[in-house]
Amino acid sequence: MKRFLVILAAVVFVPILATAMVDLAPAPLDLRPQVAANLAVSGVSHQVTAVLLNYRGYDTLLEIGVLLLALFGVLAATPAHRDIAPARAELIQSTLTRLAVPLMILVAGYLLWAGAFRPGGAFQAGAVLGAAAVLAHLVGLVPGWQHPGLWLRLGLVMGFVVFLAVAAATLGQGALLEYPPPLAGTLIVVIEAALTLSLGLCLSGLFLFLSRGEGVES
Amino acid sequence: MTLALAFDGLLALALVWSAWRCLATPRLDRAVVLFIAFGLLLTLAWARLQAPDIALAEAAIGAGLTGVLLLDALGSFGGRERNQEGE
Repeated sequence: MKRFLVILAAVVFVPILATAMVDLAPAPLDLRPQVAANLAVSGVSHQVTAVLLNYRGYDTLLEIGVLLLALFGVLAATPAHRDIAPARAELIQSTLTRLAVPLMILVAGYLLWAGAFRPGGAFQAGAVLGAAAVLAHLVGLVPGWQHPGLWLRLGLVMGFVVFLAVAAATLGQGALLEYPPPLAGTLIVVIEAALTLSLGLCLSGLFLFLSRGEGVES
Repeated sequence: MTLALAFDGLLALALVWSAWRCLATPRLDRAVVLFIAFGLLLTLAWARLQAPDIALAEAAIGAGLTGVLLLDALGSFGGRERNQEGE
């Protein structure tokens, strides 16, 4: 009986959903011409980066804030414990990682720079940096983080702080994160560089701080 | 053209199938591996939709880091269960 009801509900729901999808009106507001028209004063020549770092910069500002909050949550929830010696990995794994990590850092730098004129940008570069740190931790090259030291703390908050500082400094322009056009390119590069470092540290921190509580159960 | 269409169709089917398998499988370790496979397929889908930015982010964060975190969580839960069984 229950199964019959579920099937009946699905049979009724699917045509309604399909009709709604087909009847969906085109977006009432087409912003693509505006994005293209203002690309020249945005400081970058790639539309996605222009939207993320210039037109809707406050979204990105809040995003890095959310990531930072998530990391604070991990820091608050996992207890700090004694130093745990990192697990030794096989020779092949650690050798391959030693080869891969410098290349990944290079790729992160390229992605950061490429974001101005082609797909790439701070989030992708930061994710590659974070993945490199996680990889190095998994084969035992980097120990899990215990207490965040001063430099680590500075690195973690740098992206958010630099972004906020730029937002505060350009507040006189009239709108939040409205850069003066001649400076826009430089400001975006500065913000993205700080964001990349902080994102890499935040994303790897989600993993490397978690591993500090691992000695509890054993 | 038809080859591209066939590839897209196959990709869409594989996406739905892996999503269903990921949710329906009773074993957590398989679910995590299927989740990573699903993320990689989704990366291909974004690339086919000519959104390389999202494809990059999906591959790095969605499939890579989330997968690693899930594997780590699975490892620590698994270790805890084994310890309780041993007691």
